[in-house]
Amino acid sequence: MVLIRNLFRSPAAASVLSLVATVAFYVLVGRADVLALVSAASWLNFAANLGIVALPVGLLMVAGEIDISFGAMIPAGAITTALLSGTYGLPIEIGMLGALSLGVIVGLVNGILSTSTKVPSLLITLGTLTVMQGIVLWAAMHLAGNASIPLQAPAWAKFLFGQLINNSHQVIIAWWIILVGVFGLLLHKTSFGNWIYAMGGDKTSARNAGVPTERVTILLFVFSAVSACFVGMCGAILFNTTQVSGGMSYIFNVIASIVVGGVLLSGGFGSVMGIFIGTLTFSIVNKGISFTKINPNWANLVIGVVLVLAMVMNEYFRKRAFHYGSASK
Amino acid sequence: MTHPILALNHINKSFGPIDVLHDISLTVRAGEVLCLLGDNGAGKSTLIKILSGVHIPTSGTIEMDGAPVSFQSPRDASGRGIATVHQFGGTFPLMSIGRSFFVGAEPTKGWGPFKIFDRKKANEIAIKSIRDFGITRIDDGERLVGGLSGGERQSLAIARAVYFGARVLILDEPTAALGVKQAAHVLRIVNQAKKKGLAVVFITHQVTHAMAVGDHFAVLIRGSIAADFKKGDKTREEITDLMAGGSAMAELEAEIESDAHHAHVA
Repeated sequence: MVLIRNLFRSPAAASVLSLVATVAFYVLVGRADVLALVSAASWLNFAANLGIVALPVGLLMVAGEIDISFGAMIPAGAITTALLSGTYGLPIEIGMLGALSLGVIVGLVNGILSTSTKVPSLLITLGTLTVMQGIVLWAAMHLAGNASIPLQAPAWAKFLFGQLINNSHQVIIAWWIILVGVFGLLLHKTSFGNWIYAMGGDKTSARNAGVPTERVTILLFVFSAVSACFVGMCGAILFNTTQVSGGMSYIFNVIASIVVGGVLLSGGFGSVMGIFIGTLTFSIVNKGISFTKINPNWANLVIGVVLVLAMVMNEYFRKRAFHYGSASK
Repeated sequence: MTHPILALNHINKSFGPIDVLHDISLTVRAGEVLCLLGDNGAGKSTLIKILSGVHIPTSGTIEMDGAPVSFQSPRDASGRGIATVHQFGGTFPLMSIGRSFFVGAEPTKGWGPFKIFDRKKANEIAIKSIRDFGITRIDDGERLVGGLSGGERQSLAIARAVYFGARVLILDEPTAALGVKQAAHVLRIVNQAKKKGLAVVFITHQVTHAMAVGDHFAVLIRGSIAADFKKGDKTREEITDLMAGGSAMAELEAEIESDAHHAHVA
């Protein structure tokens, strides 16, 4: 009972309900085969690729910032890995290190620009998004001559980053689960996590209370860009090739997943469990519809309705969390 | 006689060509409530910002315990035990009581890289500190600050300041946004802080609230101290008149009277 009561006070509450409601809707109304839906790889692969980026971006949103440059950083990670280890034939370690280092650099740029100017991070990362798109396209076309750069990764790298378990489930799912644990500990169990909440609530007060707000912001931007590069890198290793534009639809999908997961767009509220379940919900809504008898032309309508319902429920649960306890005089 | 905890000597503050404060001298002693009264725009906020280290005075000196100090930042001031509580108290409405209480000074358990935030301890200390101020309604540190009443949030903020060793408490219009009952509640807490030996600077434009807790009063008009007196020296009406600038109030009354007269004639 306590568990249930606590759930309904947590930011994840609405996303759990949306998840249950979506699956119920697809099974009861859409006549989807439950077993086929649950065991399907499509939505889980989709979720893991979104989820790894959604974790750090969600933390940034809790801290009152946002990053959309990951839309270019996913292809950037893929292209860097493939250029270094495919086109130039360097060891895969160098390719991977190059991709992740690029993430560190762009994350630092985003973070330093956001903390040293008053420009909202949405605009700053819109800028770096566009710049990185330009650089990625230029690099692919001029250095490799093609946007699809071939890459042959050695067996161990394939095993760790580009394996298909049962020939269907990408190994990146395991990475996602690990990272959910890591980010969960970080946000909920450390002082660093407390600083993130405080910054999202009121940055000036947090700074006056001794929180190193600039360092936290910069670090979160680095996590975000590195995670995006990691997803791109895994994709290149898995598919043995790259795509320049692969990451753009991610921007909408990642932010929708985070918000469905109960993170407040204006900051200060959210949880890693919420982001995790929000990503699952969004992925099942998105990919699960093909398991139903619902006409695929309705897909966007269904996705839209679920998103709006989730937001409304989020609002409701946030109010409940606020008023919890104030009735007991 | 011991030195006052905090003393301002001939403080002036100007922003470019605009003089905001002229020749402000004030003292606050331990266990004393200094009420700073003034209408909007009288310079109250600028004075608070000087006390809390946000602004540096253009001239004049600040002394603590008789020794000159200078605050370069809000952290300097809070490091010396000056805590400012703003109108809405808790500034992190979406955080739990325990979490918000310890922002920037989180208790941890474990060691090395495995130090984790000790939520249980944070909640316990936060709840105990609030209870020490007589608020027994709050018993769960997991509650969100935003769910508390305005008075409870103020009390939480004051309890937090006291826990972290504040010696001077600056309360910026703590009762302005509150109802009668809630305001009374906050005034009681102010009284308790005073009894604990804190020096309190209570900023308000509500004369009744000031008179309920104040030991010493200063009225600020257009950046200068227009009156400085002790408890019992002046009546409520006299203080209100002072704040409104005396003559201005009389003029207004005359104006209204003559308007009424004209209306009657027409």
